[in-house]
Amino acid sequence: MVSVVEPLSAPLELSFAYTRSLGPTLGPFMTALAERRILGVRGSDGRVHVPPAEYDPVTAEPLTEFVEVADEGVVVSWTWLPAPLEGQPLQHPFGWALIRLDGADTCLLHAVDVAVPVDLCTGMRVRARWAPERTGHIRDIVCFEPADTPRAPVEPAAAVPPVAIVTTRVDLHFEHTASAQESSYLLGLQDGRLLAQRCPQCSKVYLPPRGACPSCGVPTEEQVELPDRGTVTTFCIVNVAFLGQHITPPYVGAYVLLHGADIAFLHLILGCAADEVRMGMRVEAVWRPRAEWGPALQNIDHFRPTGEPDAPYDTYAEHL
Amino acid sequence: MSKNRAAVLGTGQTHHRAKRGDVSMAGLCREAIDRAMADAKVDWADIDAVVVGKAPDLFEGVMMPELYLADALGAVGKPLLRVHTAGSVGGATAIVAASLIQSGVHQRVLAVAWEKQSESNAMWALSIPVPFSMPVHAGAGGYFAPHVRSYIRRSGAPAHIGSLVAVKDRLNGAKNPYAHLRQPDITFESVQASAMLWDPIRYDETCPSSDGACAIVLGDERAATAVDRPAWLHATAMRSEPTTFAGRDQVNPQAGRDAAAALWRQAGITDPLAEVDVAEIYVPFSWFEPMWLENLGFTPEGDGWKLTEAGATAMGGALPVNPSGGVLSSNPIGASGMLRFAEAAMQVMGRAGDHQVDGARTALGHAYGGGSQFFSMWVVGSERP
Repeated sequence: MVSVVEPLSAPLELSFAYTRSLGPTLGPFMTALAERRILGVRGSDGRVHVPPAEYDPVTAEPLTEFVEVADEGVVVSWTWLPAPLEGQPLQHPFGWALIRLDGADTCLLHAVDVAVPVDLCTGMRVRARWAPERTGHIRDIVCFEPADTPRAPVEPAAAVPPVAIVTTRVDLHFEHTASAQESSYLLGLQDGRLLAQRCPQCSKVYLPPRGACPSCGVPTEEQVELPDRGTVTTFCIVNVAFLGQHITPPYVGAYVLLHGADIAFLHLILGCAADEVRMGMRVEAVWRPRAEWGPALQNIDHFRPTGEPDAPYDTYAEHL
Repeated sequence: MSKNRAAVLGTGQTHHRAKRGDVSMAGLCREAIDRAMADAKVDWADIDAVVVGKAPDLFEGVMMPELYLADALGAVGKPLLRVHTAGSVGGATAIVAASLIQSGVHQRVLAVAWEKQSESNAMWALSIPVPFSMPVHAGAGGYFAPHVRSYIRRSGAPAHIGSLVAVKDRLNGAKNPYAHLRQPDITFESVQASAMLWDPIRYDETCPSSDGACAIVLGDERAATAVDRPAWLHATAMRSEPTTFAGRDQVNPQAGRDAAAALWRQAGITDPLAEVDVAEIYVPFSWFEPMWLENLGFTPEGDGWKLTEAGATAMGGALPVNPSGGVLSSNPIGASGMLRFAEAAMQVMGRAGDHQVDGARTALGHAYGGGSQFFSMWVVGSERP
């Protein structure tokens, strides 16, 4: 048995600039925004949808009759956001409101810039505050503001080329938490040790240990310290470069089966030419300098050949 | 438990391309849906429920896209379900739609699946640097290449088999007007000369990155009887397993073997190679043709490559595999599985055009996803089961 440790966690940050092909309905809507105009579309029942619906909510047929509406309208409902999140229209407290623009029959969700919640109420009239920069994006409307606010001077609207695609950057922040079992292994790595655990039911030795053995559904628990030497079961040579890659190709990504383990893990093989890496090759860990160690498998910089004779195929065939 | 009979009434797909900048995701789905509904000769009023599938949300960066797509999918006032089984999702979506009919809940169900890979980058999305682990991941190719190497070692397959599959599928794709890659001039030599991306997988042995959608209209026995030449469902099967566990067979996964065994049993097929006329198998990397031929039980383990080498999987062979060009010719990930299912149906409906297998009466549609851990498959036939 091992003592229970506090699970370790670490941030996982993901960012990507997604493109959005707008198609025949949202394209004209975005193009109009760049011209400081707001377009809706008329549905089969006569209602004007803003933002425009590409397909009719009643008949599911494509909608094509565009209708220009006002940049001013009425707050139908709202809520208050005391602490805005990254990427939201305003970075100080504001109201999210459903706004029915004059000439529209449906509501647009947007921010309303007022100082305090009591300044916002259902039925109040608001008007778009246009951004100085025109990009053909919903962000061309910075937010809405009370309709009696003096209009900020903006350059006159001019026609722009059709907007077909917009780019939307998405930033995701996760806190990735390891299981208690994996955490004991990570703390072992911090001390240069490879601490696996054995499943109490099937007796398989897992590195990393598992919060639930995939075969038996129970946590691994009996600690087993493994050597930092093992066998390459199989591998590939990565020659392709791609966005977000952390290791410069070409490199060998290999499944390394440590002596005494029942499952291999992926790691990097260096210390010989990529085309000399073989299934069954004996390898040993090359650790980074101790000062760089943390609770992570990256403490092992890579594995390198030991020069011993290759492991017979039968000794690792069941791990393929 | 007995099931009600179900059949494919019609299928539709988009012209798959690297980038469909001319349509939104909604428009892409509708292109496939409108064709499927025209093929099935049905209108929106005939559709009782909609089932939609696509691969992980990170691929397009839209959380739960089915919410905003409800209008476009004609789902207003109807049940709308989303299915999510990674790359196999297109197949799983068709099977979920079928189950709504087999259970007697609905008479006609629309299944649709899509991917707009150009909105994002699947290599990036599949290589997320998970904390505490080594960042050696390199997309789907990097994931599957070591297992392809294992297959080659285990089966003793000659090194050129992967290139044979690539040439065959791309030549088939050249006859499919909807295929993304249409390469009538591809040769074995040109495939062998293409760059080694994830050794042992070459560039030309790899699927493209596509924008595309597929849709299928399924109906019950009464609905099927009213249309000309439906594709009757003879069997469906899905199985799953964890991505990793000690002793896992990553070349010939148990879940795939179990699904296939259940499928053949349900279809009353005892000798798949003799009784199936054509197969659409999910082959994103060419070596998966022989691997899945074995996993599906068309050959004993280790012998799949011999069918490929003998030309048995080419048009005119004993078991044409991927007459449409397969995933190697078009890969809108979420739709790729449904395309296999739809193409199988098109074959037994006699609607496969220039890539029709003459006299096809029994066809397999197959998909897999995740780390070879989700399997979905169906057998369709021209005869009422």
